[in-house]
Amino acid sequence: MTRTGTTRRRAPLRARLRRDWPLLVMVLPGALLLLVFHYVPTLGNVVAFQDYNPYLGDSALQALVNSPFIGLDNFRALFATPAFWDALWNTLSITAFQLVFFFPLPIALALLLDSVLSRRVRTLVQTIVYLPHFFSWVLVVTFFVQMLGGAGLLAQELRQAGISPPEIMTNPDTFLLLVTAEVVWKDVGWGTIVFLAALSTIDPHLYEAAAADGAGRWRRLWHIALPGLRPVIVLLLILRLGDALSVGFEQFLLQREAVGRQAAEVLDTFVYYHAITTGDYGFGAAAGLFKAAVGLVLILLANKLAHLFGERGVYSRS
Amino acid sequence: MRPVWEEKPGVAGQAAKGTVLTAVVLVVLVPLWVALVTSLSSRATINAAGGLVFVPRGIDMSAYRIIFAGGQISQALWISTLVTVCGTLVSLLVTIPAAYGLSRPGSVGHRGLLFFFLLTFLIYPGLVPSYLVVTGVGLKDSLWALILPSAINVFNFVVVRAFFQGLPAELLDSARVDGAGEFRILWRIVLPLSKAVVAVVGLFYAVGYWNVWFSALLYIDDNEKFPIQRVLQTFILAGQTPQTSGTAVGTALPPTLAIKMAVVVVTVAPIAAVYPFVQRHFTRGVILGAVKG
Repeated sequence: MTRTGTTRRRAPLRARLRRDWPLLVMVLPGALLLLVFHYVPTLGNVVAFQDYNPYLGDSALQALVNSPFIGLDNFRALFATPAFWDALWNTLSITAFQLVFFFPLPIALALLLDSVLSRRVRTLVQTIVYLPHFFSWVLVVTFFVQMLGGAGLLAQELRQAGISPPEIMTNPDTFLLLVTAEVVWKDVGWGTIVFLAALSTIDPHLYEAAAADGAGRWRRLWHIALPGLRPVIVLLLILRLGDALSVGFEQFLLQREAVGRQAAEVLDTFVYYHAITTGDYGFGAAAGLFKAAVGLVLILLANKLAHLFGERGVYSRS
Repeated sequence: MRPVWEEKPGVAGQAAKGTVLTAVVLVVLVPLWVALVTSLSSRATINAAGGLVFVPRGIDMSAYRIIFAGGQISQALWISTLVTVCGTLVSLLVTIPAAYGLSRPGSVGHRGLLFFFLLTFLIYPGLVPSYLVVTGVGLKDSLWALILPSAINVFNFVVVRAFFQGLPAELLDSARVDGAGEFRILWRIVLPLSKAVVAVVGLFYAVGYWNVWFSALLYIDDNEKFPIQRVLQTFILAGQTPQTSGTAVGTALPPTLAIKMAVVVVTVAPIAAVYPFVQRHFTRGVILGAVKG
């Protein structure tokens, strides 16, 4: 990104085209896919301002052209729907809860792993704890049902011991704990990668000098390791904040039946249930557009905040 | 090796560290172990355990014979394999050239095209318009609906591009002086140097396709075309019994629980088998890319 390439730029366009056309050919398929499956749908958000009716044409495009515009009616209807505010509230509380109870865990585990001196033990533990990251949500929920569900291992053992097992997988009151436990199981190991990489770039002489000055284990952790992680922590916090309105969509869709809408409806599942399954596309698109707009504002804000704190952030102007 | 300046750890500290790490590892492994053992258990063992089995008693392969004998699960495994292989190929064939094509600042259209790719990080099209487009271009009930919309992942693109930009420029320039075209340079010089990053990104894509569930829920109605995750969901989480063939052999059917756990095991197996080979490249291939990008 830093190379300026001024010498290249002076050549006339025809000569540069003759030289660079193979590069353009290489980029073309990817650009076409993004155009069709990312940018066209982005423009397709106009259905949020329409009384979209898929039967008004032979194709989605024709139906789009033929559907009447109704201004902000879909948004008015959306904001007047209590279930939408419930879903928004659920989403935000889950994000906030996981920011406090999930976010610090990979940092702690990375610090712990970093302090393990035996390379072999470290690699073994890493191999095992990364694995669940690659499981689908269907599998993760399956494992939780298998261990903690009504017919799961825990219930089975408790019943044999004569204790009636608690409801875990279907209890809306503890659902927040359950989904966070699932996220921890799936991603706490994977989350350590980026912190471990950052820890490995810290100059060991810093630790040595601190030790020579009489700083103990914990003080070295506090004054050297954690400051070394600061840029990564800020970066990940920004990304999380920009994504505050997305919580594991499949995770909630899979468990919404079991615990009910009150606890498990988040913005994404709200869109799914109010648009795709009912065919009320305009209304659902309005909810989706609301989410995308708020998300965009959040990520821009968070990035601004990072610059204010003197960090690089996700992107910068350079 | 412990550096000389570091103090010796206390016994309590070491014990606490060991306990925490062991607990973390066990929490991951126990569910996998239980699924594996139960899938290999006979009806008698499962009945004696009152359900899931923790301690193995003999090996009974009948659950696996049933699910591989044809029927819905065999079909779903075949579909998932097909989608994973084709999808990963398509994704790599799109991502790698795009990353190479945009790895040289100053080439024609570089800034604009790069912006076009990176802007997708900030803009989220939303479920409804995406659904309308995918069904609108006629992909309903087509396996391509599971591949094309996610064929290029811009994060993976950034990782590969950052890796390509880190390659020594003199090498490529000298090939160019020798008259090699860009396609030839990519194929003959760049790719052989990029095995690690291609392996990592290929794994990410492959896992994504193997795990595809929601796209199948949205776009695939024909249950002959269900991928394995969709079948797993319908009959473990939603509690339906899978249709299996080969029931007329006269032998007693293995217990449903063993069949269910066998499906879990075959869903995990390809991931667990491939991932350790790629794992050692994670930090080198991905973090470097992500940090630079």
